Amino acid sequence: MKHLLAAIRINIFFMIFLGLGYPLVMTVISNGLFQDKADGSIISMDGKAMGSSLIGQKFEKAEYFWPRPSAIDYNPLPSGGSNLSLQSENLKRVVEERKRRLTAAHPESGEPPQDLLFTSASGLDPHISPAAARYQILRVAKARLLDPLKVTALVERHIEARQWGGFGEPTVNVLKLNIALDGMQEVK
Amino acid sequence: MGLADILQFLLFIILLTALTPLLGGLMVKIFEGQKNFLSKPLGWIERLAYRFAGIDASYEMTWKEYATSLMIFNIVGIVVVTMFQMIQWHLPLNPQGLTGVSWHSALNTAVSFITNTNWQGYSGEVTMSYLTQMMTLAVQNFVSAAVGMAVVIALTRGIARRSSRMIGNFWVDMTRGTVYVLLPLAVIFTLILVGQGVVQTFLPYLEVVTLEGLKQIIPLGPAASQIAIKMLGTNGGGFFNSNSSHPFENATALSNFLQMLSIFLIPAALTYTYGTITHARKHGWVIFSVMLALFVVFTSLSLVSEYTFNPVLGYAGVMEGKEVRFGVFNSVFFSSVTTSASCGAVNAMHSSLSPLSGGIAMLNMMLGEIIFGGVGAGLYGVLLFVLLTVFIAGLMVGRTPEYLGKKIEAPEMTMVILAILAPCATVLIGTGISVVTPTALSSLANKGPHGFSEILYAFTSAAANNGSAFAGLNANTIYYNLMLALVMFIGRFAVIVPVLAVAGSLANRKYSPPSSGTFEVDSVLFGILLVGVILIVGALTFLPGLSLGPIVEHLMMIKGQTF
Repeated sequence: MKHLLAAIRINIFFMIFLGLGYPLVMTVISNGLFQDKADGSIISMDGKAMGSSLIGQKFEKAEYFWPRPSAIDYNPLPSGGSNLSLQSENLKRVVEERKRRLTAAHPESGEPPQDLLFTSASGLDPHISPAAARYQILRVAKARLLDPLKVTALVERHIEARQWGGFGEPTVNVLKLNIALDGMQEVK
Repeated sequence: MGLADILQFLLFIILLTALTPLLGGLMVKIFEGQKNFLSKPLGWIERLAYRFAGIDASYEMTWKEYATSLMIFNIVGIVVVTMFQMIQWHLPLNPQGLTGVSWHSALNTAVSFITNTNWQGYSGEVTMSYLTQMMTLAVQNFVSAAVGMAVVIALTRGIARRSSRMIGNFWVDMTRGTVYVLLPLAVIFTLILVGQGVVQTFLPYLEVVTLEGLKQIIPLGPAASQIAIKMLGTNGGGFFNSNSSHPFENATALSNFLQMLSIFLIPAALTYTYGTITHARKHGWVIFSVMLALFVVFTSLSLVSEYTFNPVLGYAGVMEGKEVRFGVFNSVFFSSVTTSASCGAVNAMHSSLSPLSGGIAMLNMMLGEIIFGGVGAGLYGVLLFVLLTVFIAGLMVGRTPEYLGKKIEAPEMTMVILAILAPCATVLIGTGISVVTPTALSSLANKGPHGFSEILYAFTSAAANNGSAFAGLNANTIYYNLMLALVMFIGRFAVIVPVLAVAGSLANRKYSPPSSGTFEVDSVLFGILLVGVILIVGALTFLPGLSLGPIVEHLMMIKGQTF
């Protein structure tokens, strides 16, 4: 009985202290230090939020760089992957279909890089590999009537190296690249 | 896999080894109640907790009283967390207006978070309100880890003390673990994570119009504060459904590296704490080395499997279920860390790993989560195997085994065997029942051996209090919610209670000084023997199960067969 009372009271104590106090204080400090990141790294254009640099978006038009396929079609509620086994007949079929479509859209670019063939874990991967970005240059340049060399230069500028020179993999942020692409043409 | 990957792996091991005595030494002071540099800034919280709950910090408990208060604390937790989820609709900080959670899902989640498992049948961003995540799930992330630490500290005392009936005070150990170990680390880690892009806000979900003019709703929330403790406490329950693969939960390669390190940090440091308190520091390092060796070997095997050419798809290192910023190496590395420790966070979808990688993830859990393992749970888990090894070695030379100055006799061994076998039996029986139950089979997403693996993985993950999943399985059904809740409960408490019984019984023993016949536990030979016992118990129990799932799948892959 003594222990039951202690158990209830200490549960209440921690729920208030760790359940309210801790996240509230952390939110206040985070907002002070990194407000933009704490709020979701939102990108706004003309005062209107148009996405987060960390959350992948769906791109299908020929004049944009395409992201990786997504098991949730880039709808973040909820996030997730395909969870298919690598030996599953289903996966083999959809990958062949994706390969066929990519090859048809990029007849001069050879084999598609594999990150464009397989869905990501979150379904919201904001990145593609540098190879996957280069693979799409000719198509995008053609659709926008741009000089492929200019698009190549833009892509190369958007390659983010391994973090601190060693962690993770080199990446290209698709949304940032596409925004820069739109920007390039407005100037023109 | 390139040079950068190997260097990163080495850096990980160096940092882990260097931090072990630092944090381990600090934890000695914390749990022995000695003054340390945290006493001043944080002492008031500890005293406030005792005052609020009416706890006498100088009071000592027998093992039975210790176990009773632990069980009551956890059962109260289960009731509170279950009810909280069911009434979240009526509570504030629910900007998305999420409804109450169904009773069976709420119960499953409550048991899951109380037992440090963090198995998730639900999807965070469409199920739990901000308040539910903060006040129930994140709080249990703290205290369930602290419970694990308390148990291992009680066991440590049992071994260190002589002719004593007392093993400490549960409330004090649990509070100290929370206030002095977990809280300061979580505060620092939260801020690092936010600096990398992990969200921490009370703003509602944001609706945006994408560049191509489509509507997208971006979920937000006080995630970083919860993710920090989810890793440090080896809990693993994601704020968002896709866990640490979600860019808002694990934004960069650096945050990923630190998340992996934070999983192993406390479990590794506890080996040093244990060695110091029992005056067997070298033995503590032998345990650390055994864990590290098993980890390096299993991770390497998993990497080899993942980088092997897959004839079905025509690629090696397939990117299905992986994120570009992590790549193949960091996805497999993370999968090995999270299943070795009983964390269960994932940064890649384990169901889409190569067959043997998925199998090794399962094997890591099947060995009893003793490769660093859960906070506290990993160390008391491996100590069960240590006692078994000492016992077997004693039998071989025909004398009563001794361990760190204590004779090991029948009462301890009965409890050790019970604690080792209970989770194993639960996995096999649970899987067995499920594969002949139509309701259970209707939840499968994959056919063939992979379907079997989904079920085996679920029960293994639950019994080992890991929480990761072959997430194709739709586990949010009455059958799985209740079955897995039961399995998680057994997997946690059918180990903890026997461990505390061992602690009580050893504390009561007299000191028997080592003689020429005592088997030395700080030698390489002991380390090798310990590895042998761990592998034999794990392999004998689970090889048949693994053969039907991952191994068959691997053989089919080699032949290029699909299902």
